[in-house]
Amino acid sequence: MNAALSQVVALGCSAGGLQALRVVLGGLRPDFPAAVIVVSHTGSEDVEMLVSLLASHSKLKVVEATERRLLLSGTVHVAPSGYHLYVERDQRFSLSVDPKVCFVRPAIDVLFKSAADVFGARLAAVVMTGANDDGALGLQAVRAKGGYAIVQDPLDAQAAVMPAAALRVAGADVICPLGEIAAALNAWCA
Amino acid sequence: MSRPEAEDVEVELFIRALQLRHGYDFSQYTRASFKRRVQNLVSSHGFATIGDLTARVLRDDAFLAPLVAGLSVPVSEMFRNPSVFQALRQEVFPLLASYPHLNVWQAGCAFGEEVYSLAILLEEAGLYDRTQIYATDFNDAALGRAQEGIFPLREARTYSENYLAAGGSGSLADYYHARYEHIKLDERLKRNITFANHNLVADGVFCEPHLILCRNVLIYFTDTLQNRVLGLFRDSLIRGGFLCLGNKETLDFAPVAKDFTAINQRARIFRLAARG
Ligand SMILES: C[S@@+](CC[C@H](N)C(=O)[O-])C[C@H]1O[C@@H](n2cnc3c(N)ncnc32)[C@H](O)[C@@H]1O
Repeated sequence: MNAALSQVVALGCSAGGLQALRVVLGGLRPDFPAAVIVVSHTGSEDVEMLVSLLASHSKLKVVEATERRLLLSGTVHVAPSGYHLYVERDQRFSLSVDPKVCFVRPAIDVLFKSAADVFGARLAAVVMTGANDDGALGLQAVRAKGGYAIVQDPLDAQAAVMPAAALRVAGADVICPLGEIAAALNAWCA
Repeated sequence: MSRPEAEDVEVELFIRALQLRHGYDFSQYTRASFKRRVQNLVSSHGFATIGDLTARVLRDDAFLAPLVAGLSVPVSEMFRNPSVFQALRQEVFPLLASYPHLNVWQAGCAFGEEVYSLAILLEEAGLYDRTQIYATDFNDAALGRAQEGIFPLREARTYSENYLAAGGSGSLADYYHARYEHIKLDERLKRNITFANHNLVADGVFCEPHLILCRNVLIYFTDTLQNRVLGLFRDSLIRGGFLCLGNKETLDFAPVAKDFTAINQRARIFRLAARG
């Protein structure tokens, strides 16, 4: 059995997500201890490009989330496009090509639910800008298992539908503008 | 250790029931996505809990087929990841061309999207007449659909784009008739395809293939089952035969990997080392 990761952060975003991710990842402190997982429907077929783009804005190491690989602390793992991303009990990733959820694959709901199952209260999940309601049910599952929920203020989001749906369905522990999300995560991880 | 959640225990019991009562073993499927599919079955059939689903599975044999169909994931597209087909065409077909007769095994054929793609490319390479393709799956309903070769018209555009990106030399429309909301693939493409039920969990070596295509199936298996299935592929393949896996699949966790050499890592194409 692998040593249990003490904290995990899952970030979900869609339309406008690239900018949002740059801001949040750029604001995490250099010694940020949690494993970070990103699902974004940025429509890029090429996860390598997204990885290098995010790496240039992050002080943390950024890698593609690869099937069967362990989640690593202090590292950002980016979901590849075309596959749903899950976390297994042994803290490794798995992928599937199961049908789209909320018209997307990867779906934020899928990642959030499986991560909530594994990490419970050790998980913080963040829903940011996006134009569909993926992430809402996932965030509900996160909260049901005692996880910490942060939602970008819909008024501040480039696309308000996703954070608004998350708030309606799941509610949140923190509702804040994009610029304050990293600070909230830094504080949660203290 | 904290106590397991009730639902996780239910998943475990469900797997056990399927195995004891029906001989289907899902214990070596990666658990997170499997659990999600079981939950979907519970809600789509109107059960309250996984326990209720298990009770039905135990008593109602007629429920087994729809259940297996619900646990299988026949999600595919023609020429999915076109660059892989491009690589097969450019790097593998020329080597296959030296054999007078070819066997190809496509394992996990879903609704047939991939096997017809392969048939088209083999046809265009002038190899199809000497090829026998075996397309297998453990989902009989999917096999039935695959045999029909009928796909939704709304997919035709993506399939056509994929076909061209794969290096197809004509137009995909040369191979199908559109009618109503569907496209039906040319009957002639089926002439060298045999569809058969083969369960990778339980069944044995198969057909001495020169090439095995098994994409996006191993991602559903734990390390243990992955290694068993790769062993099955190794033992089935002819010496120097080829294996093509899904774009995100790795051999890194399977000891059997040592018997294969990557010939195109990006396209996940491997070759069985000639055994000494
Ligand atoms: C996601 S589809 C892959 C389709 C296609 N190869 C592709 O990549 O587009 C996975 C297929 O594997 C089949 N499968 C799953 N477990 C299997 C098993 N134990 N034996 C044979 N087929 C299996 C499923 O029924 C499904 O049709």
